[in-house]
Amino acid sequence: MRQRTALYDWHVSHGARMVDFAGWDMPVIYTGIVEEHQAVRTGCGIFDIGHMGRLEITGPEALDLVQYLCTNNAATMKEGQVRYSLICNESGGVQDDVLIYRWPDRFWLVVNAANRQKILDSIARIRGSRRATVTDLTLNTGMVAVQGPKALELCRGLVPVDLEAIPYYFAVRTTFQGEECKVSRTGYTGEDGVEFVVPSEKIAELWSTLAERGCRPCGLGARDTLRLEAAMPLYGHELTEEIDPFQAGLGWAVKFDKGDFLGRDSLKMRQQDATLPRRVGLELPGKRIAREGYPVLALDGRPIGHVTSGTLAPTLQKSIAMAYVQPEFTTPGTPVQVDIRGKPEPAGVVKLPFYSRKK
Amino acid sequence: MDPKDLRYAPTHEWAVQKKDLVIVGITRFAVDQLTDIVYVDLPDVGDHTFAGDSFGEIESVKAVSDLYAPVNGEIVEINKKLLDNPKLLSEDPYGAGWLVKIRPEPGQTLDHLMTLEQYEKQIAEGH
Repeated sequence: MRQRTALYDWHVSHGARMVDFAGWDMPVIYTGIVEEHQAVRTGCGIFDIGHMGRLEITGPEALDLVQYLCTNNAATMKEGQVRYSLICNESGGVQDDVLIYRWPDRFWLVVNAANRQKILDSIARIRGSRRATVTDLTLNTGMVAVQGPKALELCRGLVPVDLEAIPYYFAVRTTFQGEECKVSRTGYTGEDGVEFVVPSEKIAELWSTLAERGCRPCGLGARDTLRLEAAMPLYGHELTEEIDPFQAGLGWAVKFDKGDFLGRDSLKMRQQDATLPRRVGLELPGKRIAREGYPVLALDGRPIGHVTSGTLAPTLQKSIAMAYVQPEFTTPGTPVQVDIRGKPEPAGVVKLPFYSRKK
Repeated sequence: MDPKDLRYAPTHEWAVQKKDLVIVGITRFAVDQLTDIVYVDLPDVGDHTFAGDSFGEIESVKAVSDLYAPVNGEIVEINKKLLDNPKLLSEDPYGAGWLVKIRPEPGQTLDHLMTLEQYEKQIAEGH
């Protein structure tokens, strides 16, 4: 049977359409992707992200283990800081993209649901004699993202800390109704907001309170269109075991000067390789959607890459896509075509992200 | 149009004979399943249709679905309003959201399609 988050009953009783996502039964739509999307851009939306893996690493050599696992540098993180990183394989391909949380005495890794077991296995393989212990918190905790320009206002008073005082990509330990609660100023929508982690028993209460306050429940459908407008990569689409961080435009999250780490030698080679396809943004003047797997063509019809995600962007009202194309086609303004089910449609390479909020 | 007067394909198109033409649309159930329709691709007037073959596409934020013709015939009119305003489909799938009008070949009927009762049974069984 598919796994369920502690909010499963709430979703079903509120009419969500449930789908299988990485082995989890998750809500994809409540009322409509576009409505939910707009709620996040103009007000506030809540997302059940309990399926994301939450791994805790403790012990005197926890930092050393995180450093060897991740491409980004955890040693320069302040207490309470959160940092985006990749975990690569020996060949420099991406095993996962993760958030590292640095707590005073431990680390957390928030990993993609589909990759949780893979990352646990990788850690077991590389740990060696390091004195570090990994605990999988995923099934005992719940996680909710609150996103949008009104997110912080609608969360006010839920926990006894001033959320406005948490800097972007920082987290605090607090309590929710007497239980341990972690709040981070993070998200996957391109909007301001916070993400809560509380024990599973408390998540339904947190969720209902937020819904009663006017936060709109949003499914994975809106989560996908929101992250796409913000040009955030999605594992399994823009990131795979075959793609390296430099191709994905995420070279900033690879820190060669921090010492050895998984995939380092291969990554050094791949960083110099100018022949590999690169991630770009595409905009199509038509209304048709360039979907995953569709070929990208040069103007002469020659295939030069493929689409990894596409949608009709609800905020921008434009057909947008991310694609991997040969390096000579990556300059913004380059005209290309997308083969939409046999029909070449004009498209242009554009700068990413498609959408960024006004600060 | 009253859903009771229409006939239904397993692929969620409805059809009705009006004099010598067959009007085709998609059902409320299909519209609700698709959600967020962004684009409707319809054939040209004069194109031939073949029963059970695709004559167009509906694209929603989540997916693309083919539209299947209920009869062999010729397209005599398409609902041009849908091209600019696909929302008509979700607002009024049995009226303003009709898709095409087909002149069926001689001998073509809608008898192979389901009645409303049969179609509702199919939906209840989860297809």
